[in-house]
Amino acid sequence: MEQLKLNNADFEPISDKKFDTEKIAGESTSYWKDAWRRFRKNKLALAGVVIIILLGIMSFAGGPISGQNYYQNDLMNANQKPSAEHWFGTDNLGRDVFARTWYGAKISLFIGLMAALIDLIIGIIWGAVAGFFGGKVDEYMMRIADILYGVPYLLVVILLMVIMPPGLWTLIIAMTITGWINMARIVRGQVMQLRSEEYVMASQSLGASNSRLLFRHLVPNTMGPILVTLTLTIPSAIFTEAFLSFLGLGVPAPLASWGTMSSDALGSLQYYPFQLFFPAFFICLTMLAFNVIGDGMRDALDPKGR
Amino acid sequence: MAKYLLKRLGYILVSLFFIVTITFFLMKAAPGGPFASERKLPPAIEQQMNEAYGLNDPIIKQYGDYLVNVVKFDFGPSFKYTGQEVSDIIKRSFPYSLILGLEAIFLALAVGVLLGVVAALKHNKFGDYIAMVIAVLGISVPSFIMATILQYIFAIKLQALPVARFESFAHTILPAVALATTPLAFIARLMRSSMLEVLNADYIKTAKSKGMSERVVTYKHALRNAILPVVSYLGPLVVGILTGSFIIEKIFGIPGLGNEFVVSVTNRDYTVIMGTTVFFSVLLLFSILVVDLIYGLVDPRIKVTDGGGKE
Amino acid sequence: MKKLLEVKDLSVSFDTFAGEVKAIRGVTFDLDKNETLAIVGESGSGKSVTAQSLMRLIPMPPGKFTGGSIHFEGEDLTQKSEKQMESIRGQEISMIFQDPMTSLNPTMTVGKQIAEGLIKHQNMSKKAAHDRGIELLKLVGIPNPEARIKQYPHQYSGGMRQRAMIAIALACNPKILIADEPTTALDVTIQAQILDLMRELQEKTGTAIILITHDLGVVANAASRVAVMYGGKIVETGNVDEIFYNPKHPYTWGLLGSMPKLDNEDEELQAIPGSPPDLLDPPKGCPFVTRCPYAMKVCENHMPEYTELSDTQKTACWLLDERAPKVDPPESAKVGGSKVHG
Repeated sequence: MEQLKLNNADFEPISDKKFDTEKIAGESTSYWKDAWRRFRKNKLALAGVVIIILLGIMSFAGGPISGQNYYQNDLMNANQKPSAEHWFGTDNLGRDVFARTWYGAKISLFIGLMAALIDLIIGIIWGAVAGFFGGKVDEYMMRIADILYGVPYLLVVILLMVIMPPGLWTLIIAMTITGWINMARIVRGQVMQLRSEEYVMASQSLGASNSRLLFRHLVPNTMGPILVTLTLTIPSAIFTEAFLSFLGLGVPAPLASWGTMSSDALGSLQYYPFQLFFPAFFICLTMLAFNVIGDGMRDALDPKGR
Repeated sequence: MAKYLLKRLGYILVSLFFIVTITFFLMKAAPGGPFASERKLPPAIEQQMNEAYGLNDPIIKQYGDYLVNVVKFDFGPSFKYTGQEVSDIIKRSFPYSLILGLEAIFLALAVGVLLGVVAALKHNKFGDYIAMVIAVLGISVPSFIMATILQYIFAIKLQALPVARFESFAHTILPAVALATTPLAFIARLMRSSMLEVLNADYIKTAKSKGMSERVVTYKHALRNAILPVVSYLGPLVVGILTGSFIIEKIFGIPGLGNEFVVSVTNRDYTVIMGTTVFFSVLLLFSILVVDLIYGLVDPRIKVTDGGGKE
Repeated sequence: MKKLLEVKDLSVSFDTFAGEVKAIRGVTFDLDKNETLAIVGESGSGKSVTAQSLMRLIPMPPGKFTGGSIHFEGEDLTQKSEKQMESIRGQEISMIFQDPMTSLNPTMTVGKQIAEGLIKHQNMSKKAAHDRGIELLKLVGIPNPEARIKQYPHQYSGGMRQRAMIAIALACNPKILIADEPTTALDVTIQAQILDLMRELQEKTGTAIILITHDLGVVANAASRVAVMYGGKIVETGNVDEIFYNPKHPYTWGLLGSMPKLDNEDEELQAIPGSPPDLLDPPKGCPFVTRCPYAMKVCENHMPEYTELSDTQKTACWLLDERAPKVDPPESAKVGGSKVHG
């Protein structure tokens, strides 16, 4: 047993309480700051952001850098392997694949962003109205959404592409005509859940106005899942575009997207696999980047998930 | 139970009615006549063909006739392939798609669940990271790119498996793998997170405190509960496999229903488009019913009774 | 004579991202046949970790034993292999948990959950285990056990589930039953029923019970001895009367002060201000020093030794040192009225 040398002074009471017993460990931060801090820690998600930024820059800078354009046919130089002149080679019409890849990036990213944005706008309005008013309004609005949701998305898009004239906006419209439902369901679910949460009731009972309730409490707290869904809508739209291109329903020439480029290269896969490699690689890279960003955001925005 | 089934069948019929109606009028609204894509026909012949296909009747009569015929599983003749009935095309091509689809579903479920379980049991260890890298890649690589990669490596370069067509089991391997990739990855992630949650559940502690071995706890107690989200994913899985088959069958030259659908879309062969769409819808609605029944079997809390629906 | 269970100087830590959390730090107690020991403390005091360590239910890693021993019938459980533990869990020592809503497997019938242990530990046939299951359900007071045994947990009410849980735990006649907050999640009326049931079953079977709780009312009702835990240590232990009528540790005073009493309704409940210590970086001295109204300089840097006040009561507090000022327990810590029943 250790022998303690204690004197009477040790037994004096601690006069002034220097312990802050009510101290809360860790500094308190706002939800968004906290989420951003967690997101930053996720190296994979950060890498995803960097990739998307680079792809965005290259979609504009890619063509000028190479000094080639995406539409110039040059049948004499068709199907060339990557070289100093044509960095990614040329396709079956002798067009520069490097320039086309970045032009395709512009179209594919545009489609992805546009589709996500339109989904977001319709989805938020529909979902928020249904969720906020509840009752009969909610029931009818969501019944409509449910019926549309039950029909396979790609089947609808294909049928719409059949009856509408081909074009970039046709594609976007076909994709968003049922695509917003997912967003609407999520927004509504969030609003419904939040409406019943106690802090909203607390706020209401303290006399907060409806608009204050909507913008101070409901919107910030529904943003998390919405942002995640938004992030994941972009790769799914890019996927859908490529899918349709493979079926010959993509953007019409001279427009080019990664989907149409892959589809064109498919026929000569056996002999010129690199023609497929570049667009296919960038489709996968973009989808991967958006997926890891979406995952990172989900983890960062949901403190309970960790 | 019988009442529940009847009610569900009623819903299916109503949904089908809407789908048939919508596709019918969509296809009527499509630009260009059904024979427009062919070389220009003399007006007299076109008139004759319209007559033969009943296209000169008032639209309401056409619609009524179509409804009656659909009930008899008669979708009319193909516009493109003279002498072929749409229902014959479906009968001929569906078996290929069915075999391929079942293979892909089995693959996605078996491998996906396995990967997810391994990842959860090796949480934050090497096995987990490997499984999750596979899963993220699987979600990011679209099925049609996966298909071409597989085709290029295994069929063209290594010559280990047939490039295309559908003649033996070996022919089905590559398309089934390509078709299964995305859902497989999705199931793996789903299974992992659900397994992690279940392994932390109180009743797992209870099972351990009873002296059950690790194996019994994992496979008898945890797995059955963790698999529930995967069972509810079966519906979307069937949809995914079905729509995925459009492109996979095209790439691998498989004469299945998906391929027929794609061909009919490119040819604007409206009766085939309508017929296959309706057939797909029937297929999906019934698969979802079957999935719900399975869910009721797996989860005792969900009662498939006269009350109907999930609790 | 050897006790049934002797826990000596047991320490358990968890490796976390933030560092090593020292959840329990040198816990010593023992348990005899037919006895009910209550381990009392607030959340985070280490009482549940103690309970789960006894059955080696702490996942390792991240958890680990950092010292001490658990002797059950003379054998050290910390040294046993996982396989050997399997034959102890459920058979010799079993456990019931706080929330009966989540501690039963939702996809398995209650009968199967009872039978599992019987088949494993007592080599019973399925049929025999089923019959014994019906007996057990009857024993714990579930009406119509023949029908109930085929049902799933969601078809049971909360109180019935806890009864079923007890039936599962008692299936193999274990020598020790660990009850981790068995009544916390239940309605007050059901709480009393469950406690009565446990006491009744103890009389029938002679099982020793370790009752983990934060509720002194439950302790008074059910326990024969009490160990008060704080900050991963036992700060005071004694039999029920000693803890209720002659408590010596300021934390025990605080606990008693925060317990509602029937006889003086005007008095406000006394909360213990502050929160428990951070076990990532436990205080060098007494863990209660930051919240103790009588804290002295010595308390900050030196953990007090146990002072034996009787054969059964031991308290770790510097106030009991002869050099310390004499402090009387506050009025709120006095359990008024008649003797605690039980």
